[in-house]
Amino acid sequence: MAYNCVVCVKQVPDTKRITGQAMKEDGTVNRAALPAVCNPEDMNAIEEALAIRDAHGGTVSVVTMGLPAACEVLREALFRGVDRVVLITDRRAAASDTLATSYILSCAVRKLKPDIVLCGRQAIDGDTAQTGPQLSEKLGFPVITYLEKLLDLSGRRIKVRRNVGNGYEVVGCDLPVVVTVMETANVPRPPAARKMMKFKKARCPAEVAKDVEDRMPNATSEARTEETQRRCQELSQRGLLIEQWDLDDIGADLAWCGREGSPTKVHRIQSVVLTGGEYREFAPSDEGVATLVGELIEEHTIG
Amino acid sequence: MIGVNRQGEVWVFAEQEAGKFSDVPLELMGKGRELAETLSVPLAAVLAGDGVAPLAETLIAHGADKVYLVEDRRLGHYQAATYRYVICRLAEQYKPQICLFGATPLGRDLAPTVASELKCGLTADCTDLQIGDHNPPGSDVTHKNLLLQIRPAFGGNIIATIVNYDRWPQMATVREGVMVMPKPDASRRGQVVRCRISLDGVVAPLEIIETHHQPKKVNLKAARIIVSGGAGVGSRDNFKLIWDLANCLGAAVGGSRAAVDLGFVDHDHQVGQTGTTVRPALYIACGISGAVQHRAGMQDSAKILAINTDPTAPIFSVAHYGIVGDLNDVIPRLIKAIRGGQRIAKAVETAKA
Repeated sequence: MAYNCVVCVKQVPDTKRITGQAMKEDGTVNRAALPAVCNPEDMNAIEEALAIRDAHGGTVSVVTMGLPAACEVLREALFRGVDRVVLITDRRAAASDTLATSYILSCAVRKLKPDIVLCGRQAIDGDTAQTGPQLSEKLGFPVITYLEKLLDLSGRRIKVRRNVGNGYEVVGCDLPVVVTVMETANVPRPPAARKMMKFKKARCPAEVAKDVEDRMPNATSEARTEETQRRCQELSQRGLLIEQWDLDDIGADLAWCGREGSPTKVHRIQSVVLTGGEYREFAPSDEGVATLVGELIEEHTIG
Repeated sequence: MIGVNRQGEVWVFAEQEAGKFSDVPLELMGKGRELAETLSVPLAAVLAGDGVAPLAETLIAHGADKVYLVEDRRLGHYQAATYRYVICRLAEQYKPQICLFGATPLGRDLAPTVASELKCGLTADCTDLQIGDHNPPGSDVTHKNLLLQIRPAFGGNIIATIVNYDRWPQMATVREGVMVMPKPDASRRGQVVRCRISLDGVVAPLEIIETHHQPKKVNLKAARIIVSGGAGVGSRDNFKLIWDLANCLGAAVGGSRAAVDLGFVDHDHQVGQTGTTVRPALYIACGISGAVQHRAGMQDSAKILAINTDPTAPIFSVAHYGIVGDLNDVIPRLIKAIRGGQRIAKAVETAKA
């Protein structure tokens, strides 16, 4: 039996390489200033979906929500062989918290009629691990968190081993289901060279429009629109047009999206500025080290 | 969804497995008590399971004024769907203003689905919780006495305080070890409210086929001394230096998130916001720059010794002792000095005897 897998991925700032002003004045993240990558555990979720397709047939679709620049992670997915990618982008979705995000994702995922929805366990920018379980609640699907190994998939039944921190659990569940995938579940495959050659040119309409604007600065807006449409059509014919949905396309109720739909609000953001502490410094020499150890023994901290 | 209810209680989800509490729900009773007293409302624990009634007195001894007890055979083994159902029905009935969960694997499975069904906010892995006022930008309304949910974010570059002023309960998860467990007082009195919530017709979608729980291999919380290594250690092989120093001190081995992510040491050893929070008598940080998430997990240690080549590393801001130098050079010297010192100390002891 073939399965339709839908993987939800997130483009995240590479928190290990943050440069410049990470936050905007209104306390939201300045994504433009941050080097962006596909969230690592989302790559494990994509791999798990591809492995299911390799073994059973079916399709793998990848969905992300974000600015048009988030297409970068969709291209990464295409390089690895997924069948369909969708960008959800809409100004009205800005400042969504996990609740609003999971609502918006649920509207898009439902349109793709999945048997199995896969998410990375958590994203490295917030580490909340909330979107997967919340997406399951919005879809009305059961959730299996912390998938470490897919043990069996046959008919409408899935059996997985999940890591529960102090051990593991083997659980069975009927499809459809949402699973969140751990880093330890698999090793994501590298991009395939031929797919990379082909899909590095894949673009969503918003990216095309931006490019046209940059290249035709003096053209009328009608001329730009026409050029954008022409290029999109051309990309589409070559299978290189990334699908782009807004909140109307997925039938989302705006009351549950963006700032309005997000119950959590930022009260305060403090940049971490450290002032020098009042520690006592010891020289990195035998003498310095021995003085320190002597003191620690004296006060019975060690010894 | 429940609205703002100023009389609402402060709730702690009393996570238990097979009739045993882990530390985190009991730790949360201490913080919960403090929040409840600031707000002048009762502190209640929500205890769900099968045959868990005897646990109620432990919760009362740790500070609960009330325990909402739900017992059902179908709650014997945790799964999100049934537990979520129980907590949402209780929340709709009693309208608590705050609801705290341990950020355990179970709590992080359960709390998001509860928040999703109640359509309220949830902040994960808070390192502090306070009560305070909030003015939304561009509004002259002041929301008084909200739960300030404080957590580091973005790789520790910022500390965010989150509020949730209109769609309650205000929900947060807190990692084990972050809050200090109150001393139990067996003479405390509290009320056990037995709640009847019918699970008939509630689908429990997961079939639990097998469970394997092993005791934690690493007990950082109980260690008197912890030697931790960070990215500066360089490799898993070189992490042997950390183990050597720990061995000679009888200490436990910790690691920063960077060290764990780089594979130098296993995740069980991770100290910090998303690892274990520790308060040992001595914490030795070797080659750890000291991102805020790491400091959140160790800055309450009685004594902190930082060893780092970079004198501007943030770890020095929380250190009591510092050595600016290469750990490859300093650690062997430390081991030598400790061995020598121990010999002298022993000789002194023997001489005294």
